[in-house]
Amino acid sequence: MTRKQRTALIRIIITAVIFFPLLIAEHTGGLDNIPSVLRLVIFLVPYVIIGYDVIRKACINISKGHVFDENFLMMIATFGALAVQEYPEAVAVMLFYQVGELFQSYAVGKSRQSISRMMDMAPEYANLETDDGITRADPDDVPVGSIIVVKPGEKIPLDGIVIEGTSMLDTSALTGESVPRRIHENDSIYSGCVNGNGTIRVKTTREYDDSTVAKILELVENASDKKANIENFITRFARYYTPVVTLSALALAIIGPFVSVASNTSVNIGSAVSTWLLRACTFLVVSCPCALVISVPLGFFGGIGAASKHGILVKGSNYLELISRVDTVVFDKTGTLTKGEFRVNKVIARNMKADDLLETAAHGESYSTHPIAMSILEAYEERGGKVDPSRIVDAHEDAGHGIDVCVDGKKVIIGNGRHLEKHGIPYDPCDENGTVVYVAIGDAYAGAIVISDTVKDTAADAVRDMKKAGVTRCVMLTGDRAAAAGYAAAELGIDEYYSDLLPGDKVAKVEELLKVQNNGSYLAFVGDGINDAPVLARADVGIAMGSMGSDASIEAADIVLMDDDIRKIASVIKLSRRTMRIIRQNIVFALFVKLLVLILSAAGITSMWAAVFADVGVAVLAILNSMRALRY
Amino acid sequence: MKKKFNLEDLDCANCAAKMETGIKEIPGVINASVNFLAQKMMLEAPDDQFDAILDKAVKYIAEVEPDCRVII
Repeated sequence: MTRKQRTALIRIIITAVIFFPLLIAEHTGGLDNIPSVLRLVIFLVPYVIIGYDVIRKACINISKGHVFDENFLMMIATFGALAVQEYPEAVAVMLFYQVGELFQSYAVGKSRQSISRMMDMAPEYANLETDDGITRADPDDVPVGSIIVVKPGEKIPLDGIVIEGTSMLDTSALTGESVPRRIHENDSIYSGCVNGNGTIRVKTTREYDDSTVAKILELVENASDKKANIENFITRFARYYTPVVTLSALALAIIGPFVSVASNTSVNIGSAVSTWLLRACTFLVVSCPCALVISVPLGFFGGIGAASKHGILVKGSNYLELISRVDTVVFDKTGTLTKGEFRVNKVIARNMKADDLLETAAHGESYSTHPIAMSILEAYEERGGKVDPSRIVDAHEDAGHGIDVCVDGKKVIIGNGRHLEKHGIPYDPCDENGTVVYVAIGDAYAGAIVISDTVKDTAADAVRDMKKAGVTRCVMLTGDRAAAAGYAAAELGIDEYYSDLLPGDKVAKVEELLKVQNNGSYLAFVGDGINDAPVLARADVGIAMGSMGSDASIEAADIVLMDDDIRKIASVIKLSRRTMRIIRQNIVFALFVKLLVLILSAAGITSMWAAVFADVGVAVLAILNSMRALRY
Repeated sequence: MKKKFNLEDLDCANCAAKMETGIKEIPGVINASVNFLAQKMMLEAPDDQFDAILDKAVKYIAEVEPDCRVII
C-alpha cells in the first residue's frame, strides 16, 4: 500500500467507528430527543473526516471552472442529502465512495505490479571488466565492445557475443520458451535472458538503449498508448455521460415536484421537493464513469501482458482488437512456413559433369546475397571448391529472375525459366519439387540445379490450430513455381496459394485480398521480416518473426513472435478473443448496473447508499474481471 | 522534442483521459498522451516552446487532480 492509500484506510476506519454506533442510535430512536441542530453537528463529524478532501478538491475545481468533476458532483449529492436532513445518507455515501476509491486504487496498483513483475527483465547492473578488476556498472554506462562477466543466475545485461565459457541460457522472458538454450563461444546472446549454470565472458555489441531488452520494454510500455476503437469509444462516451446524468438530475429536481403535486393534490409541496431532491442526488452518485473508463484499458493491459508472457509482443491495444477479428491469414512462404534454409538437392547437367556445372553456377552467383545463391555457393564449398573472384566479370542481377555474368570469358545466364526465355534460350523444364535454377553457358542450355527448402515441423500444426481458432482462409504467397507451391500448400493444409510472385507483387496481392475482405473482419500477414516490411505495414495486422534481435522485423510489425514459432498465432488469436470478451462483459455489466440504478432511483425505489454501493461494486468487479485477462 | 514523464498518485482513470484531452488542446502541442496504467505522460512539442508548454501541462494536471504530481 502506498502512503496515500494507508491514510485513506485510516480515515475510513475512524469514520466507520464513529458512524456505525450513530447509525444504530438513529434507528433505535436514541437520537430522537436531541435538537435537530445538534444531530446535524454530530453527523457532520464523521462527514468531515471522510469527505474533507473531496470537498477541498471540488472547491478548487469549481474555481478553475471544471463543473462536471466527480468530486463536485459527490459534494452536491451529499449536500443535498444534508439539506433534506438525511444525515446518515450523506455520511454513508461519502464513506462508500472512499472505500471504493481505495479499493480501486489498490486493485489497479496490484495489477500494474503483477504485470510489471512479469516483465521484470530489466537488468540492474553489469559486471564490467576494467584494468583494475571487475566492477559493477550501470548497463547504461557500458560502451559497445566492453567485456562483461555474467555469473550463474544473473541476467544478461547487454546484447553481445560470448568470448569465453559455456552455459545454459534461460530465454523464457524474451521468448516464453521454457527449454534452456545451450550457448558456446561465438554465440550471440541477448539481454533479458537469464544465465544458467556457467560463468561466461561476453563482448557487448550494443549499447543498453539499443539492446533487445530496452527495445522490448519500451514497446510494451508504449503499447497502451495505441488505443483500441473500443477504448476511444468509452472515453468519448464518458465525456457525454457525466453532463447528461447531471442535467437529468437537475431536471428531476425541478420537474419532479410539479409532477407529484399535479398528479396528487394531497401531496405537500415541501415533502415533494425533498423527495425529488434526494432522487436527483442519487443520480449524481452514479454519474462517475470510472468503472468503464478503468476496466477497458486494464483489460487490454492484461491481455498484452499475458501475450508477452508467451513470447508474443503485441505493440498496441488496437492490434489486439484487430487480431481478435482476423479471418484471413496470409503467409510468406520462405522463412515463415519453411525454415528458410535452402539446400542443393540435385544437379542435372547436360553434356558436362555435374561438378563443373556447380562450379560455374557458384561463380556466377557469388556476388548475390539471395538465399538461393548462397545455397549454391555452400554446396560448392562443401564439395571442396573455392570461388576465385578473378574469374568473374560483369555481374548483373535481375531481382526475382536471375543473374547474367561472365565466367572465364564465357557468358553465363543463371535464373528461373522466365529468365532463360527472356534470353531466348530453350531449356528442359524440370518438375522436381523445389526451386529450379536453370543455367546456360555460352547461350546454350547447360543444366539445372534443384534447391529445396524444408517445411517447418510446426507449420502444419500451426495452420490446423489457426483453423480451429476460427481462421477461415489461409493464403500462401511465394516466389516459387506453381508446382512447388502447390506441393507445399497441400502438405500444410493451406487453402489458397499464389506462386511466381516477385517481391514487389506481394503488396499488390495483399491489397487485392484486402479488397475482398468482409466488413468487420481483418487480414493478418505473417512474414519473417526480411524484405517484407511494406507488406507487414499494408496488412491490417502485420506479424513478424522476431528471430531474437532482428531490429527490422520488430520495427515493421504490429505483433512480433519472439521465438519464431508460428503456432503462437493461434494462441494470440484465442488470447485476443478472450480479452475482448472480458472487456465487453465489463462494458455491458457496468452500463447495465448504472442504467438500472438510474431507473430505480428516478422511481424512488433505491436509497442513495444502495446506489453508491452498486456504483463502487461494479467498478471493483470490473477491475477484478479485467485481471482475468492477464491469466492465459 | 518528445519526452516522457512519470506521474505520481494518478488515481483516477477518467482524470487521466481528461488530462490527455486538455493537454492536447494547449497551443503548440504536437501530441500528448496520459497513460493511466503506466502512470506516465508523453509530451511532444517544438523544442523552442517545450519548457513553456510543459509548464502549462503540469499546471493543467494539477487542476484536474490536485494530488497528482509530475516528476520532472
